[in-house]
Amino acid sequence: MSLLEIKELSSGYDGEIIINGLNFSVNRGDYLCIVGENGSGKSTLMKTLLNLNAPMKGSITYGDGLHKNEIGYLPQQTVVQRDFPASVREIVLSGCQARSGLRPFYNKEEKKLAEENMRRLGISDLAARCYRDLSGGQQQRVLLARALCATRTILLLDEPVSGLDPIVTAGMYDLIKELNDDGITIIMVSHDISAAVRYASHILHIGDTVFFGTKEEYLKSEMGKIFTSESAGDSSDR
Amino acid sequence: MIDKLITYMEYPFVRYALIVGVLIALCSSLLGVTLVLKRFSFIGDGLSHVAFGSLAIASVMKINNSMLVVLPITIVSAILLLCGGKKTKIKGDASIAMISVGSLAFGYLLMHVFSTSSNLSGDVCSTLFGSASILTLTLSEVWLCVCLSIAVVVIFVLCYNKIFAVTFDEDFARASGTKTSAYNLMLATIIAVIIVLAMNLVGSLLISALVIFPALSAMRIFRSFKAVTVFSAVLSVICAFSGIIISILVSAPVGSTIVAVDVGMFALCCLFGKLAGGPTR
Repeated sequence: MSLLEIKELSSGYDGEIIINGLNFSVNRGDYLCIVGENGSGKSTLMKTLLNLNAPMKGSITYGDGLHKNEIGYLPQQTVVQRDFPASVREIVLSGCQARSGLRPFYNKEEKKLAEENMRRLGISDLAARCYRDLSGGQQQRVLLARALCATRTILLLDEPVSGLDPIVTAGMYDLIKELNDDGITIIMVSHDISAAVRYASHILHIGDTVFFGTKEEYLKSEMGKIFTSESAGDSSDR
Repeated sequence: MIDKLITYMEYPFVRYALIVGVLIALCSSLLGVTLVLKRFSFIGDGLSHVAFGSLAIASVMKINNSMLVVLPITIVSAILLLCGGKKTKIKGDASIAMISVGSLAFGYLLMHVFSTSSNLSGDVCSTLFGSASILTLTLSEVWLCVCLSIAVVVIFVLCYNKIFAVTFDEDFARASGTKTSAYNLMLATIIAVIIVLAMNLVGSLLISALVIFPALSAMRIFRSFKAVTVFSAVLSVICAFSGIIISILVSAPVGSTIVAVDVGMFALCCLFGKLAGGPTR
């Protein structure tokens, strides 16, 4: 059974439908990239998958032991966070929020989990540093560690490399790939199609026409050919 | 100087003023950190004007216990402002400004048209800038304030981790199953209660100062949420305490003196933060 099964999903906001009749599924260990132009509904889809937006029609079924609130989420940074006085440890620990339920304080196990995830992402030495003093790449690692505290199975990443320089971007992609190799299912929203076809196992392309399938199928499809040649053209221009 | 202070301390009204002042300063500074970070610095100002407006309604309708009118109206406004959140068409600062100015004008208009007092501008001035009302507190008011403050501090400590999560990243908290709307509702209610209480102390206009200055001062120096929260609470208590003492000694208005001390402390913290190489932003 798949972790996530999306059937005939329609979603949008203010009564306007942005995504219409979408079907796809995510299995354990998959690396799914959701690509599409600006305004095609990538963020709306993401919010719907996270239960931040109620679907207008259709269904999202959680299977294979996955519960509704067990999706780790790496959001895009907000203005509020940029000058937020908080230490790295405090932020990573806040990922255990869902686990602690109504218990007011974190227990030993949760603190250990936070330390573990900081070690995993190589930010243990930053634990006492202030979030706003970190570089963009370090901040993303902190938020990723927090997302890992919220889940052991599946991560949803919203444009994880936006605003990062090329070297840090490559490092971030490698890190995500490593997590995927460790058995964590990845769903990533991105507009970077060349990276998507390099790392992902499955591609969901939304827009006027919709494609869902494995990377190999995508590369062979008409749509895939057009978009990958475009992005290859882009990179050779630079 | 000390002799004069000791003489004053023998009067119960001075002790009451100190207790109430310190408690209100403590509560408002605890929530101040969250409010400043959520970009709601002006909510104190906005809500206190709402409280002013509803106070005018209460006095025009000749309701003796004005709290019965003021508290519900202020709580509803706070909920509308804080919980409307991102969905509303009119965004944060604009909606606060709208409510603030609107209720101030409306309140003054009501008081003017249906004036029952011979000293209208004196009444308005004392509600806005805080009169000597903190020096005329009764024992039951002091107990009310003590109970509410204890409630606020206990709720804050118990919800500290949730408040942090919701303030830092509301979407993430909601996605991982935290009932963010419940916490926003709770925050809004607490803020409204504190503001209505604080009106007695510093008056409508200066409440913002009590909410934002300790938090901003603490943010100049400290870099973790816990340290900022604790330090702003301590700072706020110190400022309120010394403000009240100074105002009694030099017979200055209580509210403005407390705020002046807060401003002075902010300047010191800025300087200290710069020297210590703290955050410059």
